[in-house]
Amino acid sequence: MTKKTQTQTLHHVQLPKTATGITGLDEITEGGIPKGRPTLICGQAGCGKTLMSIEFIVRGAVEFNEPGVFMAFEEKAPELAMNVSSLGFDLEKLQADKKLRIDYVHINRTEIAETGEYNLEGLFIRLGYAIDAIKAKRVVLDTIENLFAGLTNQAILRAELRRLFQWLKDKGVTAIITGESGDGHLLTRQGLEEYVSDCVILLDHRVINQISTRRLRIIKYRGSVHGTNEYPFLIDEEGISVLPITSLKLEKEVSSKRVSSGIPALDSMLGGKGFFKGGSVLVSGTAGTGKTSLAAYFANEACSRKEKCIYFAFEESPKQIIRNMHSIGVDLQKHVDKGLLQFYASRPTLHGLEMHLVAMYKVIKKFKPNVVVLDPITNLITVGSVSEVKAMLIRLIDFLQDEQITVMFTALSLNTVVNEQTDEGVSSLVDAWLMVRDIEFNGERNRGMYIMKSRGMKHSNQVREFVITDKGLDLVEVYLGPDGVLTGSAREAQKLQEQTGEILREFAVSSKDREIVRKRKVLEAKISNLQMEFESAEEELNKIYQEEELVKQAVSKTRQEMTNIRRGMHEEPATKGSKK
Amino acid sequence: MTKQQKDTAYELRLYIAGKTAKSVTALANLKKYCEEYLHGQYKIEVIDLLVQPQLAEGDQIFAIPTLVRKVPEPIRKIIGDLSNEEKVLVGLNIRPA
Repeated sequence: MTKKTQTQTLHHVQLPKTATGITGLDEITEGGIPKGRPTLICGQAGCGKTLMSIEFIVRGAVEFNEPGVFMAFEEKAPELAMNVSSLGFDLEKLQADKKLRIDYVHINRTEIAETGEYNLEGLFIRLGYAIDAIKAKRVVLDTIENLFAGLTNQAILRAELRRLFQWLKDKGVTAIITGESGDGHLLTRQGLEEYVSDCVILLDHRVINQISTRRLRIIKYRGSVHGTNEYPFLIDEEGISVLPITSLKLEKEVSSKRVSSGIPALDSMLGGKGFFKGGSVLVSGTAGTGKTSLAAYFANEACSRKEKCIYFAFEESPKQIIRNMHSIGVDLQKHVDKGLLQFYASRPTLHGLEMHLVAMYKVIKKFKPNVVVLDPITNLITVGSVSEVKAMLIRLIDFLQDEQITVMFTALSLNTVVNEQTDEGVSSLVDAWLMVRDIEFNGERNRGMYIMKSRGMKHSNQVREFVITDKGLDLVEVYLGPDGVLTGSAREAQKLQEQTGEILREFAVSSKDREIVRKRKVLEAKISNLQMEFESAEEELNKIYQEEELVKQAVSKTRQEMTNIRRGMHEEPATKGSKK
Repeated sequence: MTKQQKDTAYELRLYIAGKTAKSVTALANLKKYCEEYLHGQYKIEVIDLLVQPQLAEGDQIFAIPTLVRKVPEPIRKIIGDLSNEEKVLVGLNIRPA
């Protein structure tokens, strides 16, 4: 109950809508075109009006089980069927299943004469008959303005058109009316927008710098919120897809999971774990610094983890990349065979930036990868200005982050001088920025790599030498010596020199050690000598002392005896004397 | 009667949608011109699309009333209440333009 009331309060003014089934269009219109009302699709010749309207009918019949009537004023039914069969729409079958009815209205001015009052009741009857025959919910009138070419009485036509649209509303069918753009600022040649006031969609096909882009804009949608921007759209083998990119908000989920770059030494520079999942990584550097190799490693690592990866190549063909990566020990072919890796190669000039974005968006939506590589984004600049490329990449990054897809871009920097900005100006957008630099020294060119930034993680500030060998990529610590940073053979030479030094030093140390031992021995001998000397001296002294004592004792003894003799007392001399 | 051999000279079909004022006027006008210029060599078939809507597609009818000249070939169509006699006669090729 509570849930019901909640949804009611949320949608109480919501206009009933009919989903078109066209990718993206229902998102922009927040549910589709107004149900039971006519919608005008206008645009210049060749902008996709007929296709969009027929897709509306076909999707309705196939996906929503809503039969539709297509009233064609331009093309005959077989022509129409032929034109859309390349999109996989089988109009004949739908007609046989009573899901679709095509009524071709042929107006040939040469065989028609007008005299007096008339109305278009015949058209109404035909349409009504077709609608009733298959219980249609959807109607397309393509292009009703052809009536104006066939008939001269404008006053009658205008009145009848007004009546027709009202009649369609009364019938309760959701209708699309197509109209060709007029000169100047007119939406349609005959001002059909006057009659269709509920929803007007403008299609546009622009060619800028020889590259065409189709765009769609909702000019008016009475009683509903809708995206107001121009949205690029794509016509491909699956029909129309509109990309409502700018509707994305900065509300995406973030992950603290990490994904490995494929190079252990690089991971250890990034706090030991690699990049954040869903993050964006920019690898920039001058030509031939190994950006593609890095990207291929990254893709390879993702596939080895059994994750899916799409590699958008704007410079090389997939076969070329696979072959080249073989030389550094990366086998991408096996991932392609397993269906984990998909290449999507296109020349940037194939179509406009927005179209590239739509195409990428489609591929990503379909394949659902965990990792995406764009190699290189620099080439996109050939089809757009810097700000356009930036805007496109912002939206791509937004979209990828939304989908929790980790993306790696490679970008070519044109100067050997380190730019604070890459050419595409995306360095501020990305989460991690790796820079590969040429270090030219001592007659050779080596690669140095460092991390310009890596948001939200501890990362090394060291320059590492980036080595590419048959076995693959590795990062080696550069030698920081008194002569500065040493790389390549200079580093090796320095290492060798150090090793020689080590041996020499060791040798020196050991000879010194022996010297000390010898010295100690000598000293020790000297010490024992002295000690012995001292002992003998001491003994000598003791001897003299003892002799003196003995002499003293002997003297005093003799003296006593002599005294006793004088007194004539031989016995008890001591007692008598003492008694006295 | 000679009418029978000339019956096929003009086969006319008038499409209407119910007995509206315009249809009645058109039919009346048509009959008047035919009697006047094609006496005895015409045939008029009136089709009410409200009754037989499926017939509208075949003759490519979108306006009402529409007069279709089936015979002689080529097919000609005149839409409107046929109030302009001159135009109808030219349209039906009865009188050269």
